[in-house]
Amino acid sequence: MGRAWKFGDSISTDLIAPGRYYHLRSNLPELAKHVLEDARADFATNVKAGDFVVGGRNFGKGSSREHAPLIIKLAGTRAVLAKSFARIFYRNCINIGLPAIVVDTERIDEGNDLEIDLEKGIVRNRTKGTELTFPPLPAVMARILEEGGLVEYIKNHGDLVIASG
Amino acid sequence: MPGQTIVEKVLSHASGHPVRAGDITIAKVDLSYVQDGTGPLTFRQMEKMDLVKAANPSRSVVFIDHSSPPPRKELATDHVYLRQFAERTGMVLSDVGNGVCHQVAFEQFVRPWDVVVGADSHSVMGGAMGAFATGMGSTDVAVALALGKTWLRVPESLRFEIGGRFDRGVFAKDLILKVIGDIKTDGATYMAMEWGGPAVAAMPMTERMVLSNMAIEAGGKCGPQPSDAETKRYLKEHGREDAWKPVVPDPDARYEHVFRYDVKDLEPMVARPPQEDNVVPVTDPSVKGLKIHQVYLGSCTNARFEDIKVFCDYLKTDRVAAGTRLIVTPASKESYVRAMKEGLFEILLDAGAVINTPGCGACPGVHLGIPGDGENVLSTTNRNYVGRMGNPMAFTYLASPATAAATAMYGVITDPREVR
Repeated sequence: MGRAWKFGDSISTDLIAPGRYYHLRSNLPELAKHVLEDARADFATNVKAGDFVVGGRNFGKGSSREHAPLIIKLAGTRAVLAKSFARIFYRNCINIGLPAIVVDTERIDEGNDLEIDLEKGIVRNRTKGTELTFPPLPAVMARILEEGGLVEYIKNHGDLVIASG
Repeated sequence: MPGQTIVEKVLSHASGHPVRAGDITIAKVDLSYVQDGTGPLTFRQMEKMDLVKAANPSRSVVFIDHSSPPPRKELATDHVYLRQFAERTGMVLSDVGNGVCHQVAFEQFVRPWDVVVGADSHSVMGGAMGAFATGMGSTDVAVALALGKTWLRVPESLRFEIGGRFDRGVFAKDLILKVIGDIKTDGATYMAMEWGGPAVAAMPMTERMVLSNMAIEAGGKCGPQPSDAETKRYLKEHGREDAWKPVVPDPDARYEHVFRYDVKDLEPMVARPPQEDNVVPVTDPSVKGLKIHQVYLGSCTNARFEDIKVFCDYLKTDRVAAGTRLIVTPASKESYVRAMKEGLFEILLDAGAVINTPGCGACPGVHLGIPGDGENVLSTTNRNYVGRMGNPMAFTYLASPATAAATAMYGVITDPREVR
């Protein structure tokens, strides 16, 4: 269970991790204090562990900075939900063990109480009493996410061993 | 079996077996690099994975370009770590003053048929060489550096077939802005944006690079282009002629969609804030005559010697307009030195320009030209998001070097075709 924090379309990595805090990139707890502050000034200070970031189209567009999903995760976010994601951001989320879920976020309102079942591919909206389904991740990404991210995956296998499963 | 797109060909070669769009594959990586904003995290991830090594040290590069020279002690200390890690692993170091990673990589490292993985989204620029080049996050690049391979889903391709001849004052930057305005910032999400046609064939390499560079601005995974006689000429100019090999798509390759443009009717374009697809012709009343406080000629997109030359050719004045600052950040040392030797610095400095050390400068908003609250910037860079140039209270308009020059002359957004 966690609260939905709604964001609009086209949330860029510059909004998530602004360039003016570049010098904090090696100090993620400090950088996380500014996460998404140019999009919603109330988010970084009020987000609680287990909450959800809920965006619109093309979430995470722009740069490759992995610090963007890292500080969303570090702020306590359980998962990012969006209608669509920019490619690098999406892959970065999985690599750091942060679920990125493609779902119709029009049907989620600010402050809704959500619960995610990754295995079954269901977002339960406890406020509205509704369920939204989402497609499973490609097998390789599901494995990386299950094992906690790409660092853990490589530590477990010592190599990239994806093949088709 | 139908033919292959450029990206299918290059990834088949790198996989050791034929692959098609939609396949998941492990590809060998021919060039991996990081920059100073993404490198420290990459290397900490390598330490966590207990993989402090480079599979191919001479093809693994650490670029110090985003905060170069560093404006803060935290960034200077990141640089210390990067240099030490490069030394420990034998990776190549491109230090303060050498220039933007993508530009220097293109001049010195990227080859046709390469798989290039950079920890920076504009790594897609390498596609102009006939390579598969893509941006990835720090952890993916950590694996590519250490193991010399990466996993990829082979992308579908969009074909951009470009015909016609550019009018005076109109450039590749105007074409890519037009395309992004048409297909929007997620119009190519996940896909390859493959370029071709007579207008691309006629372009010098430095213009082709603009098209591949901004593929990411439409969400593209890569922006591959054919490798042809111009590619060979560019490599020869950089003492690397032996790296040349032809790359062409098959005539019966399968594309998700073919977009056709004729550039003869194309006008100079401007992308208004807050994103790259908010594009209008420079003649549009929403931009024409708009007061500009800072003109910025910089970035991997448009700050090569050729861009600085175009800027100086269009700057038909002794001095930029009062109340408008001109800041120039050449993309690489090569461009910097050539512009200096050919007398362009004199033109720029006489006109009132500030010339920065080669690097990313103000583009990502770290230093060397952050605008003030309420100020408008006309910039030759690639992104104009809220806060991109370091201040969420400033506004960035993207355009070509020619439009930048015309704008610097008059202090308001000006059509370069009006400059004679």
